[in-house]
Amino acid sequence: MTSDSTIARPTAEPAMVIDDVVKRFGRGAEIVTAVDHVSFNVAQGEFVSVIGPSGCGKSTLFNIIGGLLGDYEGSVMIGDERISAPHPEVGMVFQEESTFPWRTVIENVAFPLELQGVAKSERMDRAHHFIDMVGLASFEKNYPSQLSGGMRQRVSIARTLVSQPKILLMDEPFAALDEQTRLLLGDKITQIQQQLNQTTLLITHNLTEAVQLSDRIVVMTYRPGKVKRIVNIDLPRPRTSDVVGSDAFGHYVAEIWNDLREEASRGMADSEAAASRRSAHG
Amino acid sequence: MADKAALPFYMRRAPEITGIAALVVGVFVFELMVRFGLVNRYIIPPPSDVLLAFERVIVEENILARCGETAFEMLVAGVSSVVVGVPIGAFLYRSALWRRALEDWVGALAAAPIVLAFPLFLVLFGRSPKTIIVMAFFHGLAPIILKTIEGLAGTRKVLVNVGRSLNMTSSQMFWKILFPSALPVIFTGIRLSWTFCLITVVGVEFLINLGGLGQLINDLAERYDLPGTYASICFVILVSVLFFIVLERIESWLQPAR
Repeated sequence: MTSDSTIARPTAEPAMVIDDVVKRFGRGAEIVTAVDHVSFNVAQGEFVSVIGPSGCGKSTLFNIIGGLLGDYEGSVMIGDERISAPHPEVGMVFQEESTFPWRTVIENVAFPLELQGVAKSERMDRAHHFIDMVGLASFEKNYPSQLSGGMRQRVSIARTLVSQPKILLMDEPFAALDEQTRLLLGDKITQIQQQLNQTTLLITHNLTEAVQLSDRIVVMTYRPGKVKRIVNIDLPRPRTSDVVGSDAFGHYVAEIWNDLREEASRGMADSEAAASRRSAHG
Repeated sequence: MADKAALPFYMRRAPEITGIAALVVGVFVFELMVRFGLVNRYIIPPPSDVLLAFERVIVEENILARCGETAFEMLVAGVSSVVVGVPIGAFLYRSALWRRALEDWVGALAAAPIVLAFPLFLVLFGRSPKTIIVMAFFHGLAPIILKTIEGLAGTRKVLVNVGRSLNMTSSQMFWKILFPSALPVIFTGIRLSWTFCLITVVGVEFLINLGGLGQLINDLAERYDLPGTYASICFVILVSVLFFIVLERIESWLQPAR
């Protein structure tokens, strides 16, 4: 078990470099720093999670990396390009359910290829391949309303993967799911990530999920969101949810929780103070 | 859960059978109330007289042609409301300034009793079907505009973000995400709009004594043929039902996931 605070793995080629990123909201006295001088790299084929309590700027960071928030300080680089708008090499999976209810599963998954003007037969073939990969082959003709929450999230993941993005960026994709489904979907994600050697950046507040899936975990502080520590997860790969029962897994969870507890406590105290102020003002 | 197709006929069709049975019972109770003098038969005729009047109305009053005339006016006004209302709604959704400037006026138009403005429209368009169609069009326009704005504005932000993450153009964003997402709400607007159109068409036909079913109702009421009047009103309901069946089919075709 090791932990360090270095920016990148020395041996691996970075697929993405996040360098001194700062994001502030508001003006004048009401300015709030959501992300404060955040730097880390994501190596090619690596699975990195960003974890932190609510209010640590995780979602802001997600939006910056995804190009949805173009106005920020510092840089997020993919190759020589600074991200300031959605980048074709970054595929995003959102926390909220994001399938199109008026399209079938296969039409949902083929959607990005339709935008790219890929011929129908080819896009259906490719969509079919990724639907198969997420284990929904027998549901291709179903509409999202006929699927469970976990299945719908798998459709979103397949829709993102079908464009074969260089970096898969996910914002708490399993947040709305129950624990068992979450663990099983974690297995599916790990399997896909290893199969495709997919560079993946996961934003999450779920500690076990982060340890189960990641090669490295970036621990964020509560507001303003800074990098508190970067932890290497040296659990064996290929990895499944069986790892959850191992001693090493428990050690990682305990170690990261030690860092997170202080931040989460600050967040909770802050929320309680804000609630008290609101009730005092009637 | 049991497979619906495996259920016996009366179980599968229970809602429809219950609905028809309720109607028959209601009509029967009403018949008794009229026959026992609880309702004045010179104001409301017994349902059996209305049923008997159907044949006379069909044979003597050329009802099919009149239904066709009312349906045509209604269709032209209804389709025009959709063709004009949806783009106006989309424009107002896009332009915050125009939306703030006009949304209240459109809301007021939806609530206005446009039928009462028939003298003005008579002056502008003469005593012709044009007057009826234009009035119905204006009455049907507002709900479509308002519901188009509501539907587009109600598109879930995450779907828009999916579009943004895929670098969609604003035209792609509208046609592939905003519009399909808004379609169920727009259809609610179309249903409201077509109801308003039919009310206006029949109402103005009645008031200016011109055209289809509205004029027939006026004629029969003038002749104090109450069973015939109520039989004609049943045909108005029939036209309305036909339009809503057609609309339902279009909606199912456009939104198979519904």
